[in-house]
Amino acid sequence: MLYFSRWKALAILGIAALVCLCAVPNFFPAQQVAKWPEWAQRRMVLGLDLQGGSHLLLEVDAKDVKQQKLDQVRDDARRVLRDAKIGYTGLAIRGDSVEVRIREGSDFQTAYNKLRELSVPLGGGLGGQRSLAVSDAGSGLVRLTVTPEAMTERLRQVVEQAVPIIEKRVNALGLVEPTIQREGADRILVQVPGLGDPEALLRVLGKTAKMEFRLVDASNSAEDALAAGRVPPDDDLLYETSKTGQKTPILVQKQVMVSGSDLTDAQATFDQRTGEPVVSFKFNSNGARRFAQVTQENVGRPFAIVLDNDVISAPVIREPIMGGQGQISGNFTVESANELAILLRAGALPAKLTPIEQRVVGPGLGQDSIEKGKLASYAGAALVVIFMFATYGLFGLFANIAVAVNVAMIFGVLSLLNATLTLPGIAGIVLTVGIAVDSNVLIYERIREEVRSGRSAISAIDAGFSRALATILDSNITTFIAAAVLFFIGTGPVKGFAVTLGIGIATSLFTAFTLTRLIVATWVQWQRPKVVPI
Amino acid sequence: MRLLRIVPDDTKFDFMRFRRISFPVSAALSILAIVLYFTHGLNFGIDFEGGTLIEVQAKSGNANMQTMRSTLGTLGLGEVQLQQFGGPANVLIRVAQQPGGEAAQQAAVEKVRGALGTDVDYRRIEVVGPRVSGELLYKGILGLFAAIAAILVYLWFRFEWQFALGAMIANVHDLVLTLGFMSVTQIDFDLTSIAALLTILGYSLNDTVVIYDRIREMLRRYKRLSMPDLLNISINATLSRSIVTHVTVAMSLLALLLFGGPAIHSFTATMMFGVVLVGTYTSVFIASPILIYLGVGTGRTEHVETPEPAEKTPEPAKPSRTSPAKARS
Repeated sequence: MLYFSRWKALAILGIAALVCLCAVPNFFPAQQVAKWPEWAQRRMVLGLDLQGGSHLLLEVDAKDVKQQKLDQVRDDARRVLRDAKIGYTGLAIRGDSVEVRIREGSDFQTAYNKLRELSVPLGGGLGGQRSLAVSDAGSGLVRLTVTPEAMTERLRQVVEQAVPIIEKRVNALGLVEPTIQREGADRILVQVPGLGDPEALLRVLGKTAKMEFRLVDASNSAEDALAAGRVPPDDDLLYETSKTGQKTPILVQKQVMVSGSDLTDAQATFDQRTGEPVVSFKFNSNGARRFAQVTQENVGRPFAIVLDNDVISAPVIREPIMGGQGQISGNFTVESANELAILLRAGALPAKLTPIEQRVVGPGLGQDSIEKGKLASYAGAALVVIFMFATYGLFGLFANIAVAVNVAMIFGVLSLLNATLTLPGIAGIVLTVGIAVDSNVLIYERIREEVRSGRSAISAIDAGFSRALATILDSNITTFIAAAVLFFIGTGPVKGFAVTLGIGIATSLFTAFTLTRLIVATWVQWQRPKVVPI
Repeated sequence: MRLLRIVPDDTKFDFMRFRRISFPVSAALSILAIVLYFTHGLNFGIDFEGGTLIEVQAKSGNANMQTMRSTLGTLGLGEVQLQQFGGPANVLIRVAQQPGGEAAQQAAVEKVRGALGTDVDYRRIEVVGPRVSGELLYKGILGLFAAIAAILVYLWFRFEWQFALGAMIANVHDLVLTLGFMSVTQIDFDLTSIAALLTILGYSLNDTVVIYDRIREMLRRYKRLSMPDLLNISINATLSRSIVTHVTVAMSLLALLLFGGPAIHSFTATMMFGVVLVGTYTSVFIASPILIYLGVGTGRTEHVETPEPAEKTPEPAKPSRTSPAKARS
């Protein structure tokens, strides 16, 4: 146990030194490290609880997605039946299905077959799953139900489409190093370090930002519709909110003239005459053509700029707008104009996203936590080091060297993995210091025992190592299992704890099996002790 | 230099005698803990119950809890708890889960911010919706059971099944007592508590495994020793290590408890209780003697059942003192 070949000894020292060196970039400012070669840039990332920032878990609104899907099925069914010139009644969404009654019994089979064609195979036709379940509900009624598989598929698509849009929005807010990742089937996790105004992030991500230019229905009045409780079939009753928070009802045509997807640019600027903040926009050629056409035909009539079913403003068309450019003025502050411009540039989300978990840590608290973590680490390390020295003397000193190397190696591995250091993670390191000495304690106690049972110094040391190491392995694996489980179930700070604990166990095993042995072996060779000083 | 010896060499405590006390005591404490769990309950944090947590710091001077409490009380947000957190300027506000789904939670934050205005710094805002909290709790409980199962399987591979079972009983006992502690102290039970419980599981097992390892070694070495004697020797042999290790772990935890700040306070307090107090006791007084009841070495117990060793008489370990080394090498 106590013999190391020169190469083995060098290899052990080399590995330990290399892993420790990996921690070096953490001690230099980030800007300086950025100039280093790429392989040298790996460093620990401070968790949001230490550097401050926002953690936001968004969930795709499944109801919204389902509604969209059903609307689409209804529109498709209408188109199919109209194209085939088949008479029908009562085409509507009922619960999770679209139902339609075919007027003539003789048309039924044709209609049924046509409607069945709407159901397409999912995932390239493998697995036999189809997008719709079409069934004959009797007496001429056809029922089209969206299959759960189709819903899952659609949710997946929505998440996929939403991620780049969220990315654009977050980047446009000028935030550094955001992480945006899918979580499960229908969720997106957004993590943004060091954010000054978390509310702005919520405002920008919480909006679908579906922008539409629609004509105001001038032939009916909104007040009448409200009084009668009935909205004309081709209109929607929407509201415009004034600066004072007053809501004005407006009847807006269902038909969309130009939609936000035709925008190529949007900027927050100031109106040249009034000096108020406005948002200027630019259409692509298709949008510009449509916008020109509609404004030409409707000079003198009001149109509404609608964002997520709220009317931002409803100006009157004074003259045809031919250049494909315009501006929206709607009671903006500089901030809200800027946010709208960001939303328009990034585009609309495919469905509504709801924040279901939000954790924000201010920079002050993060700084406090770092300082507290440091203090606790120093205090813990000092106590353990003194205690070990008092208990085992020279061998305690060896143990302390091993523990110091251990901690440096933990930092090295964390840097290599670009792992996130959190406050519970620091607690994990402090705890590892307490535990790392355990392997030394096991070895030393075993040596003491062997000495008492009458062995010579060198033979006792040898036996102490060989017997203790088996125990060390067994006892550490149980803790490692717990750390691994924690890693898989934990999120954020708790995961950080699992990471440092797990790495700590691995490095302390390494030092116990190699470094401590090497140190003791070297000392034995050099001193040739007659008695073991522990 | 004279080295510190916390435990004198060659201790011969008769730990096995205590099993007639420790088993009933532990059983009673476990039942008490379970009763407490059902009557007192755990103080679930927002991770598992949903709701909103806001930590604020007064921009100047101390926070005025009284006025804050009355301001927030008028918002109609249901139960609002205020608690001093770390210092006189810091207050932790906990708003109960709002009815009306995910969006209602966000609205509650807005209301609190509106009411407290700009006199305070918002150091931390956490909002956990009803769905997420349910999932986190489910995942946490699942994780605990998964860890117990995985460790059990590992021990079963490495030892006899009796050892695995004994370790598991000892560990469930640890977890139950720790839950009882959390119920009595009403420490916040959140995700970090699950982390604490899992770590306690790992470490108290670590301790148990060290003793079991020694018991196994002794079982192979001394074929004629009675089981209680053998267990006593094993525990005494590892006693010094147990104590030294627990002192170092306790020192680390003490540093975290004193200087780590309020954010990890409940975490370290739970660990202190679980690892240092319960874990050590369990491996010596529960995990080891339980092996007798689980039938480890039954063949040998009948052999030396007669003499209940008197307090002063040396253990039968003595005669074979010098032999182990030779027997082995």
